[in-house]
Amino acid sequence: MLRRGRATREDGVGQLTVAPEVAAEAAPTGRRRRLRVPGLGRRRRTAADGLDALGLGAPGVPGAPVAPVEEEVTGHERFGLRDLLSEASHGIGARPGRLFLTIIGTVLGIGSLVVTVGLAQTAAGQIARQFDAVAATQVVVEPASAQTRDGQRATGRIPWDVEERLGRIAGVEVVGAIAPVSIGDARITAVPVNDPSAPALASPQVLATTPHMLEAVGGTVVTGRYFDEGHDARADRIVVLGARAAQRLGVHRVDRQPSIFIGDRSYTVIGIIDEVKRRSDLLDAVILPVGTARQDFRLAALEEAHLRMAIGAGPVIAEQAPLFLEPNEPERIKVQVPPASSTVRQNVQADINAIFLALGAVALLVGGLGIANVTLLSVRERTGEIGLRRALGATRRNIGNQFIVESGVIGLLGGLVGAALGVAVVVVVSLAKEWTPILDTVVVIAAALLGGVIGVLAGLYPALKAARVEPIHALRGGP
Amino acid sequence: MTDSPTGLAPLAGPGVTDPAAPPPVIDLRGLSRTFPGTPPVEALKRVDLVVDRGEYVSIVGPSGSGKSTLLHILGLLDRPTAGDYLLDGVSTATVSENERAHLRGGRIGFVFQAFHLLPHRTVLDNVLLATLYSGVPRGERRRRALEALDRVGLSHRLDFMPTVLSGGERQRVAVARAVITRPHVLLADEPTGNLDSATSAGVMDLFDELHADGLTLVVITHDPKVSARAQRQVRIADGRLSEVA
Repeated sequence: MLRRGRATREDGVGQLTVAPEVAAEAAPTGRRRRLRVPGLGRRRRTAADGLDALGLGAPGVPGAPVAPVEEEVTGHERFGLRDLLSEASHGIGARPGRLFLTIIGTVLGIGSLVVTVGLAQTAAGQIARQFDAVAATQVVVEPASAQTRDGQRATGRIPWDVEERLGRIAGVEVVGAIAPVSIGDARITAVPVNDPSAPALASPQVLATTPHMLEAVGGTVVTGRYFDEGHDARADRIVVLGARAAQRLGVHRVDRQPSIFIGDRSYTVIGIIDEVKRRSDLLDAVILPVGTARQDFRLAALEEAHLRMAIGAGPVIAEQAPLFLEPNEPERIKVQVPPASSTVRQNVQADINAIFLALGAVALLVGGLGIANVTLLSVRERTGEIGLRRALGATRRNIGNQFIVESGVIGLLGGLVGAALGVAVVVVVSLAKEWTPILDTVVVIAAALLGGVIGVLAGLYPALKAARVEPIHALRGGP
Repeated sequence: MTDSPTGLAPLAGPGVTDPAAPPPVIDLRGLSRTFPGTPPVEALKRVDLVVDRGEYVSIVGPSGSGKSTLLHILGLLDRPTAGDYLLDGVSTATVSENERAHLRGGRIGFVFQAFHLLPHRTVLDNVLLATLYSGVPRGERRRRALEALDRVGLSHRLDFMPTVLSGGERQRVAVARAVITRPHVLLADEPTGNLDSATSAGVMDLFDELHADGLTLVVITHDPKVSARAQRQVRIADGRLSEVA
């Protein structure tokens, strides 16, 4: 037994106080037999051996080896990870045809999982685009229409004081209404010069809006101002220009009170607007107050009202707006309220997920069982090989690991192929539906890895079987 | 008894007379192997056998005499029900299953009647297989495999599949695989059982060469011609060993 000497060590300088007999014992390290302690993993190097002898080594090194055996090699050279992977890959590659059949189940399972998640995400993205943050607070109110012999005809009517009426509904923030104005043959010009040689240009559209329309559609004033209730009530001859219309008319500043002519009437430009979030036709239009349009152009009715509402007020507005506008015949008013977008998204996802996830789970189960089955078969066929490996020094663990890695790699292969196919399907479906394919990379990678996990799980039982093969029986006969 | 303080060989034992001499490679002491059943089958009955380093021993006996059981125990593939087996002077009775695997890989080389080569792997791969589990350093594996194949005269067959080799060549590959780990003892189980007499002679010549190089060999056979090549012959019958004069 090695005696443990007492040694003190200061500041790593290596000042050692060693009992002489211990030093003598530790000195001829070359002659010392290396002792192997089963269950202790890797050995320290010679330098550490010296420290062990001095009692400075790791406390885990006991003085008495249980079964002293000459240590000839370091542990990591014995069937290391590289050997394991190389042997497993040979085992897999030996039968490519069978490999193909084995991975089909996993391919289908992982593929349908990826398709499920991919289509759900794509659909969600599609809905999100329709109901984005701006759209989620926008309500459009318009008269219901009926099909008559003359074509579409509005059956309801939006009253002139729509702003005031709808403004009273809880949750409504801003209300505006809009109507196209027919100006007949009148031309719109910035200068009242009648130049017969000038080419006839298409006039910009004329629209009439209530004073808060700009706010309701989220537009901004570039210069000047938008008109207010006063202008509306007095039917002042003023206009606001959309940015593109202003450019066409050559109006860039409003501080000098430029005028434009609609027909032969002059209107003072008081502002230019830009960046509307809805009704982008406003940007190409000459915009009049509704009051002015009624007086000068006999505007008959409002086309539609735009509301900006508080998030979540949709259902209330959908119910109450028609009553506020047409108390007697509320069905004559149509309200387009954005559905609570989250509900829609969840609904779509739930529908797709339920079907495909079930399919995917079944396919994965079948795939896993397939791998387990084939690996089990392979263990049976390869008992001779297992026995040989055991005779050559493989431990039960070595054998078990090899089969687990083999089935894990098979599963991973299936996962990779399945994930790739799944991505392809999502892309093709999206192309066909003209959607934007959206698929989280993490999902794809996780799906591929899931294949590996399934392979490992499927390989557990066969690997256990393989590890239990008795080399004696395995080596009897057989090639 | 065997747990001497420094892990060195035991100082006393039936097979060792001189403390300075190396312990015998194989030392069976009163070893029995009984298979359970009704009635129990006693395959080996209190067998004693000492094989010293560098010996060439053949064990002959008819089938059913316990030959295979003895070989399995010598190869650490089976455990005796009584008695002890000292490999290189160290008792294997209490050694764990993993440790037995490591001993098999490091110290024992096997040659089987049925060759047991992997059909889908090349000759070189088959020989390299033995190095995986015996802890031959990775950098040395290929060199040693080429050396071993050169020694059995198959350097020109490195990339062949075993299925296209003749029986004699296959057994040579198996021998190369057995010696690549530099085992302390080579156990051969009916090495010529599947070979014709001409190729048998070739394999036996190879064994002679290996023996001349200092390898310890134990060959189990029922063929008296093969047995006669050994330096020392042991007969096994009804689970008992007897030296053939």
